[in-house]
Amino acid sequence: MVERRPLATALSHVVLVLGVLVIAFPLYITFVASTHTAQDIVQVPMPLLPGSHLIENYSAALTGNYDGAASTAPVARMMFVSLVTALVIAIGKIVISLLSAFAIVYFRFPFRMFFFWSIFVTLMLPVEVRIGPTYKVVSDLGLLNTYAGLTVPLIASATATFLFRQFFLTVPDELAEAARIDGAGPMRFFWDILLPLSTTSIAALFVIQFIYGWNQYLWPLLVTTNESMYPVVMGIKRMISGGDAANDWNIVMATALLAMIPPALVVMLMQKWFVKGLVETEK
Amino acid sequence: MEKRVRFRSVLLPWLLLAPQLTVIIVFFFWPAAQALVQSLQQQDAFGTSVEWVGLDNFRRLFADEGYLASFKITAIFSVIVAVMGLSLALTLAVFADRIIRGSGVYRTLLIWPYAVAPAVAGVLWLFMFAPSIGIVSFALRRMGIEWNHLLDSSQAMTLIVFAAVWKQISYNFLFFLAGLQSIPRSLIEAAAIDGAGPWRRFWTVVFPLLSPTTFFLLVINVVYAFFETFAIVDAVTEGGPGKSTAILVYKVYYDGFKALDLGSSAAQSVVLMVIVIALTVVQFRYIEKKVNY
Repeated sequence: MVERRPLATALSHVVLVLGVLVIAFPLYITFVASTHTAQDIVQVPMPLLPGSHLIENYSAALTGNYDGAASTAPVARMMFVSLVTALVIAIGKIVISLLSAFAIVYFRFPFRMFFFWSIFVTLMLPVEVRIGPTYKVVSDLGLLNTYAGLTVPLIASATATFLFRQFFLTVPDELAEAARIDGAGPMRFFWDILLPLSTTSIAALFVIQFIYGWNQYLWPLLVTTNESMYPVVMGIKRMISGGDAANDWNIVMATALLAMIPPALVVMLMQKWFVKGLVETEK
Repeated sequence: MEKRVRFRSVLLPWLLLAPQLTVIIVFFFWPAAQALVQSLQQQDAFGTSVEWVGLDNFRRLFADEGYLASFKITAIFSVIVAVMGLSLALTLAVFADRIIRGSGVYRTLLIWPYAVAPAVAGVLWLFMFAPSIGIVSFALRRMGIEWNHLLDSSQAMTLIVFAAVWKQISYNFLFFLAGLQSIPRSLIEAAAIDGAGPWRRFWTVVFPLLSPTTFFLLVINVVYAFFETFAIVDAVTEGGPGKSTAILVYKVYYDGFKALDLGSSAAQSVVLMVIVIALTVVQFRYIEKKVNY
């Protein structure tokens, strides 16, 4: 700030508080709805203060133990599927990108740059533009309704490979030289020197990719037909059957909150790395 | 930039690259090539007969009013989402940048929607605006506005815009805040000494210096509105009422998996690929020419 303007500072606070409130409003409504009975919510207008059915609703959602008009798959199972999927996607992307960036930066071999660019152009082929044929490949391989089918097709990462390549290029040559003189092989160098140096980038990428994996919707919609393999983000849609009042909105809203908690926690707790990583990866 | 020091091994680099290459060949290049081939073929829904039809699928596509309408819907949708998302986020970021104490708290309170899945965001907004029971549609009715996005196509569009913008604001906010904080204070102080007020300073100093960030976010937001909002559309309107919110990606999905018109779906995929490639090229041209200050 260049000058003291108490009024302007006060105005800033007012605008920000308003912004925070407007953005948090849907979350508050969701929470309130998840603490009432289904009958209370369809009263118009619905109650605006939390009710007393919190534990009841959440346990009904988690176990799938209620009578719903649409899918009543247990949310606990869906959360587990989501967690496995998100972790495999995040860790898988980081591992294969670290390895390919290491190969591209630290070795000389034929078609090196060709491979780098072929990884890079996958950036231009998001799932959305090749859903039909990719679905066919996955079903031919017999991977429908499996964790492999949910994760492997999403695991290649141009961004992560690019980021690690950029980072490895800034690592001083002296380190590799010293490692070689000391008789360390390439994998030893990778494991003992490069990996510890990359921890910040790894943490940042983990946050971004975990959220990417957790929030997948279109892909699971195609490759899972079995309720026991629904990730929660997609399962929640299956709980809504159409008509306004026909849904168990209390259970749906409890599920929505449950589906938000893990990625929100990851973002809030790892905020420092996340913000740094996001702003640096994308630029 | 190249490394001076390299390791020598014939086999190892190939082994290191193998996992990533396998994935991109099997799940990226092969399907993309398939989409190209299929876009030139006509196949019946059971896959029993295939014939080459050249560019017929594309000709049919661009003669189809439904497809052209979907193009228009997508264009309108992404422009509104990008403009609204950017201006709201920039406003918040400018005020957050002014605050010395407590800006971290606001940041924490504003970034969490980034973690919310688009599909979940859609469900939240759907619930608030549900015609008969939603709390917002109730308030609107009190104000004399009859809300029913199941019947009114512009209301349906408004609803998916709200959900999409809400989800994207925190991302834009983080970038704008980082951009604002990297502007040298001396420039703003110099403008202040020359007698420029906050409003003038913003438009003549801050906003031009922020243009690389703004442009970058513009591209990202358009990509977001084109592709990632599929989940919002599917959760909130399923493309309806009629086809009034069927954005391009929704149409690819619908024609390929519901209507089973594979040739048309593949041709649409190819058109989308061209759009993504164009957007990516624009983005990278800009990164090369990025303004330095």
